[in-house]
Parts: sequence; structure tokens; C-alpha cells
Amino acid sequence: MSEKFLQVRDLSVQYRTDLETVYAVNHINFELEKGQTIGLVGETGAGKTTTALTLMRLLPEKTGRVTSGTVTFEGQNIYDLPDETMHTIRGHHIAMIFQDPMTSLNPVMTVGEQIAEALELHNTDGKTREQIEARVDEVLRMVGIPPERKTNFPHQFSGGMKQRVVIAMALVCEPDLLIADEPTTALDVTIQAQVINMIRELRDRLGTAMIMITHDLGIVAQTCDNVAVMYAGRIIEAGTAFDIFKGEIRHPYTVGLFSSIPNLREKTARLTPIPGLMPDPTQLPAGCSFAPRCPHATERCRTEPPSVWRSGTHVIECHLLEGRGGWTKEGRE
Amino acid sequence: MTHESKKSAVPLIETRGLKKFFKVRNGLLHAVDNVSITIPAKNTLGVVGESGCGKSTLGRTVLRLIEPTAGQVLYEGEDITAFDKHQMRQMRRKMQIIFQDPYSSINPRMSVAEIIAEYMLINHTCASKAEAFQRTAELMDVVGLARRYAGVYPHELDGGRRQRIGIARALSLRPKFIVCDEPVSALDVSIQAQILNLLMDIQDDMGLTYMFITHDLSVVKHISDEIIVMYLGQCVERATSDGLFASPLHPYTQALLAAIPEPDIEMRNKKIQVIRGEVTSPVNPPPGCRFASRCEKATDLCRAQTPELIEHTSGHWVACHLYDK
Repeated sequence: MSEKFLQVRDLSVQYRTDLETVYAVNHINFELEKGQTIGLVGETGAGKTTTALTLMRLLPEKTGRVTSGTVTFEGQNIYDLPDETMHTIRGHHIAMIFQDPMTSLNPVMTVGEQIAEALELHNTDGKTREQIEARVDEVLRMVGIPPERKTNFPHQFSGGMKQRVVIAMALVCEPDLLIADEPTTALDVTIQAQVINMIRELRDRLGTAMIMITHDLGIVAQTCDNVAVMYAGRIIEAGTAFDIFKGEIRHPYTVGLFSSIPNLREKTARLTPIPGLMPDPTQLPAGCSFAPRCPHATERCRTEPPSVWRSGTHVIECHLLEGRGGWTKEGRE
Repeated sequence: MTHESKKSAVPLIETRGLKKFFKVRNGLLHAVDNVSITIPAKNTLGVVGESGCGKSTLGRTVLRLIEPTAGQVLYEGEDITAFDKHQMRQMRRKMQIIFQDPYSSINPRMSVAEIIAEYMLINHTCASKAEAFQRTAELMDVVGLARRYAGVYPHELDGGRRQRIGIARALSLRPKFIVCDEPVSALDVSIQAQILNLLMDIQDDMGLTYMFITHDLSVVKHISDEIIVMYLGQCVERATSDGLFASPLHPYTQALLAAIPEPDIEMRNKKIQVIRGEVTSPVNPPPGCRFASRCEKATDLCRAQTPELIEHTSGHWVACHLYDK
């Protein structure tokens, strides 16, 4: 197998305090090719944002720690790199868009200064002041903000415009990998459509690889090549977007997620929610972490962690796949 | 006409030309501008629109939690805007509200049972404290909160359970009408589905009437009998749930529906329809249609004259000059 652009192997992250240990991410594997988009899907507490922060090496220092696995970015395990090297990667090669534009902008700096900041920090080719200013104007135009507004402060922008500024900040250094953590959740649907279209266009034009973190299956369907469904810190199902949306068999949790959404086209009298709640990440169940909520769970599911089964590109972690034609065991990593 | 049939013909809730303007530094903010709605008993009216369209202000004004600037709110045909403080206090028992964020709408220093019992104790609807707590336990059963949570505090519970507290409290005075203001927007989809089912079940069991405010179009379609679409304080379209989604008339409604990313892989290469620009300011709005600045079909007439809400086809109303006859 050739060298992958981004490869996450057996990654586990825990948050430890004196009182308890939160098992936030548990032995996940995924990879990403240049220019591709992978969706990380799941509900609150599934470990999506922790995964993103781990890729950026931005876990809270005191509590968060990587307990197993590697994150290989362009052939290097980022956890082997010295801090200085990581500083140049972060922002320059890997950039992140956070969910809430209000909290990721500095309220006392103009947006132009904030966008320029990243360029000054990563000014490897000795750009002059004028070149930096010109680049700021260019990137603002790219996200649909008139460059004259670069002297404005964040509070002078609407929510959708602020998110565009955040996207401009992330894109100004032309990163190879963009991590978008719920980039449109705080926005109205018409503004969301504008931002999603813009992200798709920019991605296609610049060839940026992307990790799209979202709970919205609609956004996944519209933007992602591959999808990984997370539950209680594990990737319980992964594959191409087609596998996840139209696969011949899917993980019971994925099925539950789909049937929880009211359908826009057909009239459903009653939704079929997933009963119960996600398990407490400080005390994960012994067997499959979805077993307490799963309609198909057997005694074995409650005691024995399921293996990973693969059929082509499609991977599911569930005992139900045992003995099913076309599916082979990969073993639990 | 007999007394009975006459009564059923009167909608439970009706507003006539309801307006709420707020004074702001640079003028008047038209939060709700001339909105007339009717909600028949046991029905659900969905109110949909983007942030700042006035949907929450409408919900609060209907309950008189905010005093209207002009217009009437009728409850079973009676104008409650004319009620005095004492009459209104009686009326409040019949009209309740469920908020988006249950955590900021409940007192964190009270236990679950105390929160649910509070309204009953204040209003003396139960003969004794013991009776109030007995009914609290029953309400917890109704909303699916295990009785063992009676003594715990809200911060110990997840968002879905907190919302169940909010629902139990709203039901405690046996209301007939509940304004649900984004009750599932803060919840994960699997929990959202649980709460939506609960709201629909108790509506059937108790004969409740809802005004369901949300920005989520798939939720509003699922729960509503009739829907109004609001834009900058005005109702731009009103139709049955099926009618609105089958044939949206107003350009704004069409744009709103087209903007939803659908969880369907076959739609993935469809470019999402985008409308230009953003919502304009509701402060001192200029005459004409408020959507005109973003509307591709806008003409000079649209910029000069405010369109009236007219009945285009039976039961389907639209405020747009494109449908002028």
C-alpha cells in the first residue's frame, strides 16, 4: 500500500482527571487521500471533535492524552514531531474551522488583521506587507466579502459573514487538509446553503482534502466521498457515501440515525427513535457500546466486543455480520 | 345553530392584525407586523422561519408574555388583550410554553420534583402539597422520566431529560394550548425523535393545541397540520403541511425548501439552490415586499407596495405580487 496523505491508526484518546477517566476516542482507524472529503458523523459526545483536536495536536494539555495509536500526516507521525515543527504544520498545512464563529474570532482585532496574522506567522517565502494585504483581499473576495470590509470588527458582521471570515482565515495559507467542525450548525438554512456551496467550490478549486464533522446526514450526502459513523468513541461503520446511504446492510445505529430524521418527501405518522441514551464515556459497556440501545442485541453483544467486518470498501463493527456472505473478519483493533 | 356546533366553529386561538414593535436606538423594530392566524382546537400550527423573523416574538405575544403593540389575541373567541391582571392570571393556566433550552428555563437549585410541582403550588390547583407531589409523579410517568429522578438536580440530567422536565411542568396546570418554541433544536437527532413522539402522543391523549415554532423544515412538516412561513415579521405564506411542501408558492418558501441539504445520496450532485444576500434589517423597513431585495423575480411593484396575504387556492395563502389576479 502506498503512503497515504493522512492515516489514523488505532487512535485512542482519554481525558483524565483525579476523579475519572473519559474514554473519548477508542481505537479508531481511518485514512484520507489528497483532495478527498471524509465525513465524521455522530451525535454529541461521540468523539468527533476530540478526533479533530487530536489531529491538530490541540488536546487540552492537562487532561487530554493520546493513549494509543498514530496519526500519520504526509508520512510523519505528528506525535513524534517537535513542537516547533507542529507550529508550522498547524495553520499552514492543516487548518480548522470551528463551529461557533463568534468564539473563534478576536473581538478587538479587525478581520483583516486576523486573516493577515496567519500569513505573517507562516511567512516562509518572505512576503512583503503589500503582498500580505493583497492576499487578504484576495481571500476575502473568494469567500464573498468585499475587501473594503477588512477594517471592520467581528461584531459588525452577521453570523453567516463571520463564518465566512473564519473560513477565509483557515484557507488563507492554502492548507492541504481542512478540518471543518460543524461549520454550518450555527447558521440559518439559506446561509448554510451559501456556505456549503462555497466550501464545495473552494475545495474543488484548491484540491484541499477535508474532514467534515457533522451530525447532519444531509450535509454528509451533499459533500462527502467517504463517511465514518462514530458512536461512543468508536467508528462503528465506515465506507463510501454510497455504502452508508445505500449499503445492503448497515450498522443498527446508522439505521436508527436515519429513521430518527423526519422525512421531507414522505409522510411518516411516527418517527422511530433510538431508545435510551449514549453510554457514559467514563463507564463504557463491556461488549458492544451500542448493545443497550440496539433492537437486535443478544447476550453475546452485551459481553463480547464485536469484530470489524469488511465487504469491499464497507466496514461495520457488529456481531450481526458474522457468517454473512461476502463479509470477512478484520479483527478488532 | 346549536350551542355545541357554534363552539366548535370558534378556533381555540386566533390573532387579528397582531403587531409587536420594539423601540431601538435608530427607530422601530418591526418584530411582528400584522400577523393574523387561527389555530383550531387540537391542531398544530407550525411557525417556520430563520433567525430574526419574529417567530419567537409571535409566540410570546400570543401568550401576552410580551404586550402587543396593536391587534388582538382571541382565546375561544374572547379577546385576552383586554383582560386585566387577575383574568390573565386565570388564563395563563390554560396557555403554557416550552422553551428551546430547558436548562436556562429551569431553576438549577430546585430538584426535578420541585420544578414540576412549582406551578401547581403557586396556583393552588392541588388540595395539598402531598397531592401536588403525587401528581408530579404521575406527570413524570407521562413524559417518560423515571421516578427515581425526582430528587436529582437538572445539571445531573442530559438535554433530552431536561426537556422532559420542561414538558411535564408545562402540562402540570392541565393547559389547552402550548407554545413550543424550538423544543427539539438543541437535541441530538435520536433524542429529538423521542421528544417529537412524546409531544404528539400527549397531544392525542390530552387534546392539546400547539403552536410549534422552529427553523427546522423537516420537523415542522412532520408535526404540523398547518404551517405559516414568516419573513421579517410578516407571514408570507400559509398552507396545510402537505400543501406547502407539495407546491410552495412564495419565492422565499421555495428558496427555503431548496436550501435544505437532503440526506439522499442521489441528490448529491444537485447544486443546492442559493438565494443571494442575507435577511435585511427589520428596523424601519421600507415599503414594499420585505423579501424583494433578495428575490430574483422582484419588480418595481414589489419594491413599492406591500403585498397582501391572499387565498391563492383553497386553504393556501400567499403574500406575493406574482400571484396578483
